[in-house]
Parts: sequence; C-alpha cells; structure tokens
Amino acid sequence: MATSSINVPSASPVAGSRSFLSKLRNGDEIARLITFLFAATVVLITVGLVVELWIGSALPRHKFGFSFFVTSVWDPIAEQFGALPFIYGTLVTAGVALFLAVPLGIGAAIFLAELAPQKLSDPLQFFIDLLAAVPSVIYGLLGLFIVIPMMRQWIQPALKNTLGFLPLFQGPAYGVGFFTAGIVLAIMVIPYIISVSREVLLSVPRDQREAALALGSTRWESTWKVVVPFAKTGIMGSIFLALARALGETMAVTMVIGNTPTISSSLFSPGYSIAAVIANEFTEATGDMHLSALIELGLVLFLLTFILNGLARLLMLLTTQRGSGMGHA
Amino acid sequence: MNARLRWRKLVSGFMLTMTGVCALVAVSVLFFILGYFVYNGGMSINWDFFTKLPTQVGETGGGMANAIVGSAKLLLLASLIGVPIGFFGGIYLAEFSSTKVAFVVRYAADLLNGVPSIVIGIFAYALLVLPFKHFSTIAGSFALGIMMIPITLRSTEEFLLGVPRALREGSMALGAGKWTTIMRVVVPAAYRGIMTAILLALARVAGETAPLLFTALGNHYWSPGWNQPTSSLPVMIFTYALSPYEEWHRQAWAAGLVLLGLVLMVNIVARVILSRGVAVPRS
Repeated sequence: MATSSINVPSASPVAGSRSFLSKLRNGDEIARLITFLFAATVVLITVGLVVELWIGSALPRHKFGFSFFVTSVWDPIAEQFGALPFIYGTLVTAGVALFLAVPLGIGAAIFLAELAPQKLSDPLQFFIDLLAAVPSVIYGLLGLFIVIPMMRQWIQPALKNTLGFLPLFQGPAYGVGFFTAGIVLAIMVIPYIISVSREVLLSVPRDQREAALALGSTRWESTWKVVVPFAKTGIMGSIFLALARALGETMAVTMVIGNTPTISSSLFSPGYSIAAVIANEFTEATGDMHLSALIELGLVLFLLTFILNGLARLLMLLTTQRGSGMGHA
Repeated sequence: MNARLRWRKLVSGFMLTMTGVCALVAVSVLFFILGYFVYNGGMSINWDFFTKLPTQVGETGGGMANAIVGSAKLLLLASLIGVPIGFFGGIYLAEFSSTKVAFVVRYAADLLNGVPSIVIGIFAYALLVLPFKHFSTIAGSFALGIMMIPITLRSTEEFLLGVPRALREGSMALGAGKWTTIMRVVVPAAYRGIMTAILLALARVAGETAPLLFTALGNHYWSPGWNQPTSSLPVMIFTYALSPYEEWHRQAWAAGLVLLGLVLMVNIVARVILSRGVAVPRS
C-alpha cells in the first residue's frame, strides 16, 4: 500500500523529501510549521513596530534633522517642531523619581532579602507585586486629587521655606509640575526596584555573609560592605529597569505635570513630557508634519527604553551568573 | 565593650531599622491607595453605575455601563489576538525551536515587553486607524493584544520547560508523536500555570489607558459592533478626572474603584494559585 511504503527508508534521491512527507502525515511537521508561524509573528510585529516608527517620522527627520532635539519651539501652526522641552521634562521627572525611589526601594529590598524572616518577607513581597499591578491611570487619579493639593498646600511651601535658596525650589507653588510628576513616578517605580533588587540580593551566596560576620563585622556592615557590593550590578539593572518605566510612563504624568512646554531650573514649574505630549496631541494633530513629529517623539521614547532595558537585562544577567558560583567578588 | 564597637552596633541597629521603615513605607502605599479608593469610590458607586449610560454635563446620576461593556469587548478581542500568538509561539520556543531562532524570538518578545504602551498605541494607530480613517474597537484590541503577547509567550515557554522530561519520554515510548505528546501530556501538565499567566496578562492590559487614547478613542454612547470607537473604563477615568465637573470626578472615583478592584482581585487569585501549585516563572 502507498502509505506504508512511504515510511520505508530508501536509498533513492527523494529519500529526504519522503521522510519529510511522512513526518507531515504524523502532523509533527505541520505543528512545527504552524507554531513557527506564530513565533515568527512576534518577531514580525516587533520589526514592524520599529519600521513603522522610522517611516512615520521621516518628514520631521528630514526637515529638522538634529535640531529637532535641541530647539524648543513647538508650534503646530507654523510647523516648527523642537522637542527639547519634552525631552527635558521626561528626563527631569525621571531623575526626581529615581532620586526618591532608589534609596527607598533598595532599603526595602535589603529589609526583605536580608532581615525579614521568610514568613514576613513573602507576604510583603506579595503586596509589592500587587502594587506593581495597579494601573497607571489609578496613580494618575490619586496624583490629581491627593498629591497635587498636598504639594500646593504643604510640601512645596515647606520646601521653599527651608531649601528656597536653591534654584530647584523657587517659583510659585502651583501643585502641578516636574516635582509632583517625579513623586508620582517614584511611587510607581519603587515596586520594580524592590522586586528585582530583592531577587538579586537573595542570589548572593550565603558564604559571603557568613565570612563577613565571622570576621567580626556587624549585621549592617556585612550587608552594606559585602552583600550589596556583590549584588551591585544587578541592583544597577533594577534601577535601569525603573528608569525605562519612568521614561515611558504616560497617564500618571500627563495628569499631574501641568502640560506646559517649559524648561525651567525650578522643579515647581509646570512642564511637559514626551509621552504626555503624544497622549494629548496625537488625536488632534493638525497636519502630517505635526503627526510625524509626534511619531518621531515616539521613536525617541522607544530608543531610550530599548537601550535602558537592554542594559538592565545585561546587568542582571551578569550578577545572577556571578551569584551561581561562576566567579567571586 | 569599647566605644568603637558600641558605635558600630548602634549604626547597624539604626540602619537596619531604617530598611524596615523603607519596606513599611513601600507597602503602606498599597493600603493607602486601597483605602482611598474604597472610601471615595464607595461613596459614589451605586447600581446605576453599572446599568446606565453617562449623562450629559450638568445632570446628576448616570453610569458607565457602556464603558464596562466596552472594556470587556476590548479585552475579549485582545485575548483572541494575543493569546494564540503567545501560546503557540511559546510552544514553538519550548518544544521545536533551535537555540538561534529561540534567541531571536525571545529577544523580540522582551523588547516588545519593554516598549512604552503609548508607542504601541502609535503602532496600532498607523496600522488600523490611519488606513480606515476611523477609530475602532478592533484597533484598541490590537494594541492591547500586542501587549499581551510577550507575557503569554514567555510564561508558556517557562511552564512547558518546567514539565519533567520523563513525562515526554513516557508518552513517546507509548508511541505518541511529538505533537500528540505536547497537546495531550505536556500542555495539560503546565495548563494551570499558563492559564494564570494569561490572567495576569489580561489584568495588566485591563488598566492600560495610553494605547487606547488614539485607537479605541472613547464614546459617550453604546458602541455597536467592533468597527466603531468605544469607551473603556481606563479612558473614562482619565477624561472624567480631568474634567472640571464635580459630578464627573465622583464617577471617576467609582470607575477607579471598579477597575482597581478587578485588577487586584485577578492578581491575588492568580498569584495564590501560582504559589500553591506550580513554580513561578522568573522573567
């Protein structure tokens, strides 16, 4: 019969294709092909995304070139587009966020990984994971109705009275602005820093701690001078990850930053960020050039997060490899 | 005990206490958020919220029934797009792929996972809004679906790889082909983990607002079919919160409570299942 003869291996030149056919009949080769198509779709979507951003931003890239990044006139009517205030706002808010979130996040991670018994550490980590799952529009809502009034009434006046001699804390206290956006972002990225740093700290070999303690160091000294330096690269990774999140965050920032393109040394000044301007102007873009300029901003955002995420992954990979006994500190 | 040692111990005790304070502050944010939403949202939520359409400006009452249905439609279609690609792609990675191909696919998925959601929105806009010249549920779902792919893909792969080799060999020894083995033995063994991971992916995109702003847009009324702009809970929260009307703020809190409740509930259930039954994949 035809079906059985196909399974018999032969020396004929078509042997390869025959065995392929038989596999096809079993369904394995079809399954392989179909699942491959799905996997290829993932790559295709990712490549498509990059290509789309590149093509979509061709107009302003050709017209403005590099000056797009260093000029600060954003005038859709006159078709003049300079993105400096948005880039500035994005970087400043992310900077404020990291300034607040890094010490707090690493402190909490140290507590969870080094100090707390597992019975306490696991439930706390569970809550931290839940915190990371809270949608950004929820943070925006809280920022809008709670953080902004709080900033205006108490925190900003207090900062002005104590640190007002610094240019950072001058100017009228509107409530909205770089500082408020930075605080909301800090709250949002702390869970990422904690989760990843805790993971990295837990992967530090036990004998490192024991050696430090045996040499007579206190608990804090063993943690700060031995364990943390050992996990340094991984913790840096968690910070890059948090930075990438902070740069790309849209909703919460849009709701509290004030949406005014300004470059000001004062953190109290209202500002604008890349993601926020895309969110606000995209549907109302007045022309092709305006739309393309917004897409170019999207491209900038994509590249920034792409680089940071890559660095973060590399750093975390380096530490976990070290932690698994590949080398020593 | 000399003074230097006493000082070192003091520093140690103080710093360790401070780390505890950091952890306490971080965790208390969650309860602060929950408390605020339960208090503020609880005051404004009522049966009308779930059953009525939004009212015109100035009228009191009304609800967000259209946004709730809109969100459900968006999520349904998003899972239809994202889950098959992620699931079968994950099977390919775990069972069929060569290391080189797997590296490329994994890399693409991780890259996609890190893309800010607003950029995904731009992509969906260029692909599904611009050519058809109108906003639609489909475009919004496409954006959300893309965001579901990386999580589904990577966790499917992780959970399949976690299935013991002996199970596969046993099935093969009984004469089953590779595909039969995968579908009848390996996937059922990893089923619970994959399902919970998909749930987590759904919970994540359920709260996404940015990619919907210029794909699904919004709608003050019911959205018939799949080809019209539709309102959704997150976008409603955004527009209502930024509006100048007290009544709309009230509604925004109520919508926030519903969204937060749903997202946290799914997360709690999924994570409890994961921690009990199967090993949690490390991303």
